Amino acid sequence: MRKQRWVTFVVALTALAIVAAACGGDDGGASDLSGTIKIDGSSTVTPLVALAAEDFQAENSGVKVTVGTSGTGGGFEKFCNGETDFSMASRPIKDVEVAACQAKSIEPLELIVANDGLSVVVNPQNTWAKCLTVEQLKKIWEPGSKVTNWNQVDPSFPNQELTLFGAGSDSGTFDYFTDEINGEEGATRTDYNPSEDDNVTVTGVAGDLGALGYFGLSYLLENATKIRGVEIDGGGGCVAAGTDTVQAGTYKPLGRPLFIYTKTDAAKRPEVKAFAQYYFDNQNAITEEALFVPLTDEQVAEAQAELDKIAAV
Amino acid sequence: MVGDPLLPSPHLRRRRRVERVVRRGLALTASISVVVTVAIALSLLRPAIDFFREIPIGEFFTGTEWSPLFSPSQRQFGVWPLLTGTLLVMGIAILVAVPFGLGAAVYLSQYASPRVRGIIKPVLEILAGIPTVVLGFFALYFVNPEIVQRFWPVGRVGTFSALAAGLVIGIAILPTMASLAEDAMTAVPVSLRDGAIALGATRREVSTKVIFPAALSGIVAAIVLALSRAIGETTIALMAAGSNPRFTADPGQGVQTMASFIGFAGIGDQPTGSTGYKTIFAVGTLLFLITFFLNMLSVRIVRRFREAYE
Repeated sequence: MRKQRWVTFVVALTALAIVAAACGGDDGGASDLSGTIKIDGSSTVTPLVALAAEDFQAENSGVKVTVGTSGTGGGFEKFCNGETDFSMASRPIKDVEVAACQAKSIEPLELIVANDGLSVVVNPQNTWAKCLTVEQLKKIWEPGSKVTNWNQVDPSFPNQELTLFGAGSDSGTFDYFTDEINGEEGATRTDYNPSEDDNVTVTGVAGDLGALGYFGLSYLLENATKIRGVEIDGGGGCVAAGTDTVQAGTYKPLGRPLFIYTKTDAAKRPEVKAFAQYYFDNQNAITEEALFVPLTDEQVAEAQAELDKIAAV
Repeated sequence: MVGDPLLPSPHLRRRRRVERVVRRGLALTASISVVVTVAIALSLLRPAIDFFREIPIGEFFTGTEWSPLFSPSQRQFGVWPLLTGTLLVMGIAILVAVPFGLGAAVYLSQYASPRVRGIIKPVLEILAGIPTVVLGFFALYFVNPEIVQRFWPVGRVGTFSALAAGLVIGIAILPTMASLAEDAMTAVPVSLRDGAIALGATRREVSTKVIFPAALSGIVAAIVLALSRAIGETTIALMAAGSNPRFTADPGQGVQTMASFIGFAGIGDQPTGSTGYKTIFAVGTLLFLITFFLNMLSVRIVRRFREAYE
């Protein structure tokens, strides 16, 4: 789903670029910023950054923003090679990556851009699955899993056939869920109803007592009457999926912060700093439109402090 | 000189030229369908051949697990679940369309008064004009929960089922079936029918013993055309049969058909040239071959059973 939206954004972005070029840039933007901002990295973060880039370019016609999707790891490789100004990441940077950056005298600077949460959902008439552990989810979803009945998940669950719904293999949701639950990105059983459109999963789970599905948290919040969220026990007790638990970092492992990284040299350039500032000024609208969980005030303040630090350098 | 009847008309050359242009123009329009068919076959074939360079043809035709869009360590390329899913949905659709379509055709051509005919015919045409996406919604939100989930006797039916998709595809092809069969029955010479009635046959006897055999080739052609449409129907299967390619013969389960797999894979973004992308063409080629074979079969059947009365 997210990736599809992203395709739309890129199309819109290209269209905008063409329009901007056609206008000659003399009347479009009010600012006199110019230059090119190069961004690459995680496809999960892309919708956020692409949305910001679209609006930012509309306001600053002299600035060109390119957004690539090489994945978090691939993004850091380019970033630490000095090829990009921002690197989008769905996890914090690793020590080896920091070392690789420092070898090229690049000091990565972490900015949190949104909170991401996945929800596991069941039919509202399902009375037994209140809370599932990560181990149970793994038992259900791991490659080659033969679990077809709820009583195989837990002997206390009723004899009820299990129908599975989930993300299609093209989406960031799929990568995140398989990575956290099955321990490897892309590793999953394949005999379920995959869909790139999360509304299909809503329909599927809503119409089937034995159904279990997963998707981005926003779909649970939007369809709270048709489906029910399952609490997740990641080892520290059952936690319900919600904006608050995701923001607080207690909804583990299906809640996580998302980042962009920049470097001091780049952040000193006015257009780069303006873009970062633009993002944090509009993060509420952007995260909402891209179907993520917004940052808390503290998170914004923290990111803002990081940004201001560079300005002072 | 102008009036000499033995000389060609002064306009003859021009008229001939016009004639030639018209003939060539018409030949061009007629050849477009041939060109397009060949072009489709060729465009399908190239990526499909590439696909079979990567995936052994034996694995494709003998495997019973289908998950080509997952990561390389997980994917399976056995096309059987798609074949059985297609057959299941098509079978159900035919069970709806053939008896009801033929019944309607016999009624309309032999029994119905002009007034009743004047009502039923346009309604059938309206049914034929309903977009398949609307029928897909009808299958998903009405037929499955209100009929299939309630009355299917064996096991539990989920949100998606082959039965709901098949029933509604049957409804979708019913008008084609009825109207082609009716055309075939009305085309039987009136003298045959009148002769039978004059000999004291009832309408049922006329229908089953005279009209039906005489119209058989047309009826068989109608059935085969309906089969082709049922196999190729994408939207309804995509919406109502789910996206889980199960290797099953249970109509209460969700299945994926060849056409709905193509639709499904086309919605996601498969990078051009990837194995997933080529898979779409491999399945497309198979679908093309199956419908092509069916159409050839119908041509042969029509030839074989044609009864000529002139």
